[in-house]
Amino acid sequence: MGKRKALTFFISIMALFLFLAGCSGSDDNSQGDKGDAKTIKFMHLWPEGSSAQHHKIVKDIVADFEKEHEGVKVDVEVLSNEQYKDKLKVLSTSNELPDVGMTWAAGFLQPYVSGNKFASLDDVLDDGLKDSFVSGTTEAYAIDGKTYGLPLELNIVSVYYNKAIFDQYGLKEPKNYDEFKDVVKTLKDNGVAPIALGNKDSWTGSLWYMYFADRIGDDDVLTKAITREESFEDPALIEAAKDVQELVDMDAFVKGFNGLSDEEAKSMFMNEQAAMYLIATWDLPNYTTNEDVPQEFRDSVGYFKFPVVDGKGDQNSYVGGPGVGLFVSENSKVKDEAKEFVAYFTEKWGERAVTEVGVIPATKVDTKSLELPQMYVDVLNDLNSATNITLFADVQMSASTAQVHLEQIQALFGKDITPEEFAKAHEDALSAEE
Amino acid sequence: MYVLPALLLIAVLIYIPLGLSAYYGLMDWDGIGDMKFIGMENYINAIQDSKFWSSAGHSVLLAIFSTLSLIAYLAISMVLASKIKGADLLRKIYLVPMLLSSVAIAQLWIKVFNPSNGMLNYILMKLGMENPPSWLAEPSIVLYAIFIPILWQYAGFYILIYYAALKNIPDSVIEAAKIDGANPIQIALKIKLPLIMGVVKVTIVLAIVGSLKYFDLIYVMTGGGPNGASEVMASYMYKLAFSTNNFGYGSAIGFLLLAITLVVTIIVQKLTASKEEIQY
Repeated sequence: MGKRKALTFFISIMALFLFLAGCSGSDDNSQGDKGDAKTIKFMHLWPEGSSAQHHKIVKDIVADFEKEHEGVKVDVEVLSNEQYKDKLKVLSTSNELPDVGMTWAAGFLQPYVSGNKFASLDDVLDDGLKDSFVSGTTEAYAIDGKTYGLPLELNIVSVYYNKAIFDQYGLKEPKNYDEFKDVVKTLKDNGVAPIALGNKDSWTGSLWYMYFADRIGDDDVLTKAITREESFEDPALIEAAKDVQELVDMDAFVKGFNGLSDEEAKSMFMNEQAAMYLIATWDLPNYTTNEDVPQEFRDSVGYFKFPVVDGKGDQNSYVGGPGVGLFVSENSKVKDEAKEFVAYFTEKWGERAVTEVGVIPATKVDTKSLELPQMYVDVLNDLNSATNITLFADVQMSASTAQVHLEQIQALFGKDITPEEFAKAHEDALSAEE
Repeated sequence: MYVLPALLLIAVLIYIPLGLSAYYGLMDWDGIGDMKFIGMENYINAIQDSKFWSSAGHSVLLAIFSTLSLIAYLAISMVLASKIKGADLLRKIYLVPMLLSSVAIAQLWIKVFNPSNGMLNYILMKLGMENPPSWLAEPSIVLYAIFIPILWQYAGFYILIYYAALKNIPDSVIEAAKIDGANPIQIALKIKLPLIMGVVKVTIVLAIVGSLKYFDLIYVMTGGGPNGASEVMASYMYKLAFSTNNFGYGSAIGFLLLAITLVVTIIVQKLTASKEEIQY
């Protein structure tokens, strides 16, 4: 009996060691590599399955970088979007952030910067990289005058529409809100769902609200309310909420939009079940180069800028902003190499993103030297003549205010609250943070 | 001695994180930066938080529905266990949902509930209903709509348990009852049910505890929306900790969730406790 006890004890201790060894495995690896080669850990969110083109370019760039930099290895880890966000947070609590990773602008960045987790990239930008970015893009990654991320994408939001459906009912691109409402009415009368909207994700509804705010008020009315220069109970911001509810009353959006995800709304638009869809330029490949989408449908998609409302606003003012950007971890042991890598990556990415992935990079693109689908040329030209780009509201806000905003958007579209209550809830949430 | 490995595992994987989350609940912490001790503030806020209580209400509602649904599962297993034709096949059919992962079930039911193209509304419109509801978008029905797949998901599990318990009843007992002239309903209620009461009690506890901490389908299908109409305690906790970067408050809610579940379990066990176990 005594023997068996000892054996059990021994096994349990072994199990414990195994368990502990499993926990600390990552440390051992990094130390093992240190001897001869430097390893940059790089985490990104474009898995091969869902973003094959992105994935391939990243792989190529990493391979090129390793070739050009003797003795430096890049260790890549890939996760999909939501898992990526969760893992990044968990890693940062245990101080194990990858050397290089992807981040979003403004509100997402804030806690990482105040927690001193991300390194300032000002030195990289001052090294001549700054001029290659479209102005206004790196600023979205700046906190207290220091830049903590190098943006890879730039997106602006427009209304995409189905030309075939528009032609069938003799409709043309609306220039102002009255014409837009006529379009909605005509479609509705003919039994066509006018607008695809998946408001379960609620940032989608936020785009509509932001555009109304931009057109009715000044183009910075929303930004000023968020940065607390003005109140959120500004008449223009309430008016914008009223216009949203007016569209809801007109049945402009597809049935049950508050329970649909953006994916579902998109598939309704792409299956010609709805005539219009407000989305950012990250969707452009679906309407131009993506071979999985029938050619006939791609040919029938056009886009127009969000109309002016009651003669107010500027059609060249956009909602949009940079998407993901690269950060370098403050606690990285290979910070210099990591910084070199992000600079290298942004440059190469900018050269290949448009032509190969169909992503509009945050770095400047020379349209003349590239073979691009017409829609890309148009969008890039729009960008050149843009007078303003308002950063997505939920990105601008801190995480907890963004959550209030997203819930309020759902409530506003669902008509659970009045426009005044909508503005007040925002004002309360924003002023609570001051 | 023999339970030491298990004890170690449970301690490392459950009790230590449990203690930690109670501790984090005392902090003002965004999950990334430095922690700040704020005492009971998170717990006090949670108790005054109407959103927390409405999500707790939804969880309790789910617990009530899952407990009631046990009656139906019990009835089905009784029929299955009474040697009807095809019982084997039916038992397997009922078990299928259990073999699917939650996310697959969620995707399946999202499609069924789709307001314009979904199977459910398609059938309703064929039946002549002009404007069938958008199941997942209307605050007044979303919670009940989402209960359907949740109950469906676990039906096979409970039917399997009841079926096994019923099969364990010796035939001689039933034969004796039949000879005494008991009809099938009497046999079911007066003989079979008391004999498997121990199992029934366990399933009641399982159903209630499982419902109170329920998370997966709600998270995938509605994310607690629209505007909190289908929020339950676990999804609210997740939202606070991960979407609003409020780890301290999220941990406090998580700890309250544990406390509520524990109290309810004890009450249920007290209520269903009987003095003597029936023997064959």
